[in-house]
Amino acid sequence: MKIKRNTLLTLAGLALLVGAIAAADATLGRFSVRILNLSAIYIVLALSLNLLNGFTGLFSLGHAGFMAVGAYVSALLTMSPAQKDMNFFLEPIMPFLRDIQLPFPLALLAAGACAGLVAVVIGVPALRLRDDYLAIATLGFAEIIRVLITNAQSLTNGAQGLKAITKYSTTWVVWSVAALSVVFMLALVRSSYGRTMKAVRDDEVAAEAMGVNVFKVKSTSFVISSFMAGVGGALLGHMITTIDPKMFTLTLTFNILLIVVLGGNGSITGSVIGAIVVTVLMEALRFLDMPMNFLFIKTNGLPGLRMVIFSILLMIVVLYRQRGLMGNKEFDWDGFIGIFRRKGASSAGGRS
Amino acid sequence: MISTRDVSMRFGGLTAVSDLNIEIQKNEIVGLIGPNGAGKTTAFNAITGVYRPTEGRVVFKGRDITGQKPHAITKLGIARTFQNIRLWTDMDVLENVLVACHLRMDVGVFASTLHLPGYRVKERRSREFAMSLLESVGLADQAREAATSLPYGKQRRLEIVRALATEPSLLLLDEPAAGMNPQESLELMDFIGSIRDRYDLTILLIEHHMQVVMGVCTRMYVLDYGVTIAHGTPDEIRRDPKVIEAYLGVD
Ligand SMILES: Nc1ncnc2c1ncn2[C@@H]1O[C@H](COP(=O)(O)OP(=O)(O)O)[C@@H](O)[C@H]1O
Ligand SMILES: [Mg+2]
Repeated sequence: MKIKRNTLLTLAGLALLVGAIAAADATLGRFSVRILNLSAIYIVLALSLNLLNGFTGLFSLGHAGFMAVGAYVSALLTMSPAQKDMNFFLEPIMPFLRDIQLPFPLALLAAGACAGLVAVVIGVPALRLRDDYLAIATLGFAEIIRVLITNAQSLTNGAQGLKAITKYSTTWVVWSVAALSVVFMLALVRSSYGRTMKAVRDDEVAAEAMGVNVFKVKSTSFVISSFMAGVGGALLGHMITTIDPKMFTLTLTFNILLIVVLGGNGSITGSVIGAIVVTVLMEALRFLDMPMNFLFIKTNGLPGLRMVIFSILLMIVVLYRQRGLMGNKEFDWDGFIGIFRRKGASSAGGRS
Repeated sequence: MISTRDVSMRFGGLTAVSDLNIEIQKNEIVGLIGPNGAGKTTAFNAITGVYRPTEGRVVFKGRDITGQKPHAITKLGIARTFQNIRLWTDMDVLENVLVACHLRMDVGVFASTLHLPGYRVKERRSREFAMSLLESVGLADQAREAATSLPYGKQRRLEIVRALATEPSLLLLDEPAAGMNPQESLELMDFIGSIRDRYDLTILLIEHHMQVVMGVCTRMYVLDYGVTIAHGTPDEIRRDPKVIEAYLGVD
């Protein structure tokens, strides 16, 4: 009875969500739609980092690197030879790469696969390191990837980046991928394999002693996470239609980390809410970086003030609500309705 | 069942275990006793692969397992508990047992995530097995409570149950009675005897209060400063002058 009610509520909620996205896509201006879609991409990215950080207990700072791999792979695979010739004016592109052109869904998968492959090559040795070293090692690897991209002129067009990438990341595409990621994550963390990930997070020694192949679980988590980061990077490239190495710095990883921590390490709901809140705030607070005019005082604009605000926000969260918005809890209807019941009961009690 | 052959474990200049020779037959309950710091836990770590012995071999069911990874050794049928309880804190009681069931489920990440039919069958069987184990220690009613919310004695039992969920043939218990009063310790020893019979186990048991294990063990080894100073039946151990000397001022 209750289960049926919750299923109905979920279906109704989903229908409402699809309706809301359709309405937003049809009525909002281009700028607002872009923020909406950016949230969807950040959902994918936050979930992928949360899988590592929140569910497997691995602290990695290499996300921007895997996103870069995904973004470049997908952009290069979808561009027509003519588009590539236009981009590569300093040095021609490698001939075999010039003539490859794949449909977008395949390119998206290839982007994930390549990021996953890079994860196998560089991550697997790094995963043998102790936690804190892993963060430093992955940070270094991300930087190496960026330097490689900057210098592989005939492969990536170097510092000039790639322009006029086809805008395949439409509202429906990005939100479908985001929805798929949520479903995938829920299915994974609620499965037996997902439980072993949490065991590794909570106590590695005990996990290993209970027959969990800790190294294998960590590697699997790292590769899946990188795959998702690659897909997220590809979606991003096909949304803003230009990419260059400078996009994929530590700041980008930091933004994703911010979402995960704000939303709640180990909460899928938290990552979804965090992605939307942070993306919208990030844009809404854009005025902070602009020149400002307070009645008598004029400021010349402080680029970076926005990030200062966000860093302060992060510190406040870490200080006062260490486990983020959701802790490691997930949304469920019983809990949700319970909040209203309790509120209703207490306010009714107050009146009498 | 299991034997250690001249196993030594050194940390820098400190020899925590030297020339350990333990030999246990199937279905025995054997005690490993000695004062604090004698090297008992280190001996467990050397057997279960947490440390690679500096010297010597560990042979389990006729097979040399020296230097294998802990998870591989668990798969071969050796399970353990920890002196300082190591339950997974962010999981409930049932989940703690289910993680240990994963080993025998033999499902990969894809079958798991996609909830394929084969996986569903195995998951259901694991849940039934886990619940039956919890039932046998009276924890079934608390299956959905946080593992760390249990009182101390129950956490110890949960750790034993979790080890049983890996379906071992040899169970290593590191001071299972630590922190329990004499009455609880006695009950625990009865429990250990009963699981030996029910699950056809061989048990090696660490304890530093030797009275506690006298009743349940058929034989015991006594360590002091890493050296095996005595071994024999509880009666022989009780009367051994070296053991009495080692324990003077400790008990
Ligand atoms: N990883 C380690 N590194 C260095 N010394 C250790 C390590 N593990 C144990 N020891 C030392 O080995 C000795 C035996 O410890 P342990 O096996 O824990 O004793 P017991 O379990 O009998 O109380 C102690 O002196 C301890 O300090
Ligand atoms: Mg010990």
